[in-house]
Amino acid sequence: MVTLLAARSQMGMSLAFHIIFAVIGVSLPLMMTIAEWRWRRTSDPAYLLLAKRWAKGTTILFGIGAISGTVLSFELGLLWPRFMQYAGPVIGMPFSLEGFAFFTEAIFLGIYLYGWNRVPGWLHLFAGVIVSLSGLLSAIFVTLVNGWMNTPTGFRIVNGQFADIHPLAAMLNPAGIPEAIHMVLAAYTAAGFATAGIHSWLFLRRGRNRFDELAIGIALAVGGCAVLAQSISGDALARMVAHYQPMKLASLEGQFRTETGAPLRIGGLPLPEQRVTKYAIEIPDGLSLLAFHNPHARILGLDQESETDWPNVRMVHICFQIMVGCGSLLSLFALLSAWFAWRKRPLSRQLTFLKTAVLVSPLGFIALEAGWMVTELGRQPWVIYHLMRTKDAVTTTPNIAVTFLGMTLIYCVLGVIVVWLLSKHVIAQPDRQQVEGSGVLA
Amino acid sequence: MNPPMILAGIIIAAVIWYCLLAGADFGAGFWDLFCSGPRADKQRELIASAIEPVWETNHVWLILVVVLLFVGFPSAFSTICIGLAVPLFLILLGIILRGSSYVFRAYFTGNIQTQLYWGKLFSIASCATPLFLGIVIGAISSDTLVLTDGVPNRGWLSTWFHPFPVLVGALSLSLFAYLSACYLTLEAEEPQLQEDFRRRALFAGFVSLLAAFATYAAAGVFAQEILNGLSRAPDVWLVELFAAIASLVAFQGLWVRSYRRARIAAAAQVGLIVLGWGVAQFPYLVRPRLTIAMAAAPVNVLVDVEIACAIGGIVLFPSLYLLFSIFKAHRRSVVSKDAVA
Repeated sequence: MVTLLAARSQMGMSLAFHIIFAVIGVSLPLMMTIAEWRWRRTSDPAYLLLAKRWAKGTTILFGIGAISGTVLSFELGLLWPRFMQYAGPVIGMPFSLEGFAFFTEAIFLGIYLYGWNRVPGWLHLFAGVIVSLSGLLSAIFVTLVNGWMNTPTGFRIVNGQFADIHPLAAMLNPAGIPEAIHMVLAAYTAAGFATAGIHSWLFLRRGRNRFDELAIGIALAVGGCAVLAQSISGDALARMVAHYQPMKLASLEGQFRTETGAPLRIGGLPLPEQRVTKYAIEIPDGLSLLAFHNPHARILGLDQESETDWPNVRMVHICFQIMVGCGSLLSLFALLSAWFAWRKRPLSRQLTFLKTAVLVSPLGFIALEAGWMVTELGRQPWVIYHLMRTKDAVTTTPNIAVTFLGMTLIYCVLGVIVVWLLSKHVIAQPDRQQVEGSGVLA
Repeated sequence: MNPPMILAGIIIAAVIWYCLLAGADFGAGFWDLFCSGPRADKQRELIASAIEPVWETNHVWLILVVVLLFVGFPSAFSTICIGLAVPLFLILLGIILRGSSYVFRAYFTGNIQTQLYWGKLFSIASCATPLFLGIVIGAISSDTLVLTDGVPNRGWLSTWFHPFPVLVGALSLSLFAYLSACYLTLEAEEPQLQEDFRRRALFAGFVSLLAAFATYAAAGVFAQEILNGLSRAPDVWLVELFAAIASLVAFQGLWVRSYRRARIAAAAQVGLIVLGWGVAQFPYLVRPRLTIAMAAAPVNVLVDVEIACAIGGIVLFPSLYLLFSIFKAHRRSVVSKDAVA
């Protein structure tokens, strides 16, 4: 395996693994804090039990997420030393701020988890709020870096070197903010629907109980609001891509020819050799309308760039379709849930609804991973868009294939064990006494 | 003081914090491997309860060091990452195994045998990681890390695998073990348990002295430059003098069972040793080629990052104070274990 492919595989695998834990680490604290707040308002012990269960899940996942995050910060240097050598000073600002956000998250998570009986109630709830906020900020800062790799700003190039670097301008690059909002909403969506699905499944299995009912309520509220907002954020992000990275948009949409009034393709298979995307449902003028809010707008196709600089169009287009498809299904389900909530239908009679919730529960994570593939593969062959090629950034260290294999093995084992631990601690059936009595506090 | 120097100062301060806090957690993992006698279970419990609420926070210092290094001194970061790729990958492996086995041990609900197995893995990883961290420090202090066309001149292994870095690794491990045992004497509530860790602290302190002398001797053969740095009067001497005084106070404190004094003195001793290394390494980041001035990013970038650090510090230090005052200061008055379960 050549070093470039091995390094890309290792980085991709590390990110795909980390993103799952990071996302749960961002969204589970929000749900846990909501549950604690509801408990303090209503004194319903089921809420307290929920907050404690979710807090436990947060610890396990934050612990693993902290490790996989450390791995990434080292891998940036170990796998892409030349990228870091040139880009480090430019993108250091969000990384440094992320370090402090991460500190705050770890500190207040410690207080939250081990401080139930040691700190006053308001401080405990406050710790939960800080954990949720700093997790959110961490995610935003890290995504700003990815935004910079797509739309690099905040410097001039003089003799092939970065000069006149403005870290703040680099941090607030055009892609950064839309991408960060999209990422954060994706985190809430993925974790919200997954949690709702797991508790629906448990609800179906163990019969009506307050614990699962409340869990489904909070999780669906978080996931549902996020996925509905996601459609707006997705539109903003796509228009940014259309403006700053027209070739990336072309590969997302499988647009080979430059044309005005370009159609929106749903599904389809791009065939790069024939320069055409086949088998798609085409909505006339759809792409022009979405990308520029003008049905006759001119959309640049991949023919504007030499084929050697194309990303893997087929993969990018398919991943993009998967992401949009999953997001749309979840949006429909969110609307359905809102309607049920509005009509105040008790969940115990809505077996079909619960079964659907179980079915759609993985879609958020599938969309998340697919979306990550879109943004990463869509940027190739560049590590810094139109400035530095990925192959020029890779390390000279030999045998990266070995570390890739080792790391993959370890991560697989870790993944299995984490799932097993979560099933024991977070979703295990609570005692009757725990939900109805005062047993939770003991 | 110019901006590169200030950032280098912030980095060395973060390294010191990392050694004093996370170093003690590594050391606790080391002692976990050697819990013995009639109180073995109690020792293990003490170690677990001491590091439980704080270890993740302590670990973040390392991330801060890595980030500040690549922001402020990108060419040094890149040189270290290429030339010392092997020990860095081993550090990563150690961090993964230590963190995950800790989580698994704490939350594992199956049979006790498996839990012990996770505990072993946790301890072994806790010992290996500081060893390789020390090796990295040793390697950038000796004169072996030179790259030509992205390949280390001395090869991927012998750049770091020679007596001097390995001894620095052993020194780090023994210092962390010593520091941790000193802290644990204060965390323990039973006199017998305190005695256990007092003996361990004295032993580890003695071993670390031996390791320090061995390192000094090896430097004469393998790392002449840093030895010259260490003998530079008067700034390095002054730091060394204070470190020696602190170590005497710590030993005396341990001897007469004045644990509070011993803890502060031991922390001062380890902090001063790290500081002494930093001052001796000055003006280099990576010997023998890269100085702080040469490796530094443009000044305006450094200033911006320093402002970010200052703002971050305003949030960080009060929060840290809160965390440690909740879980460490009133330890004795707290009887009930937390009720997360």
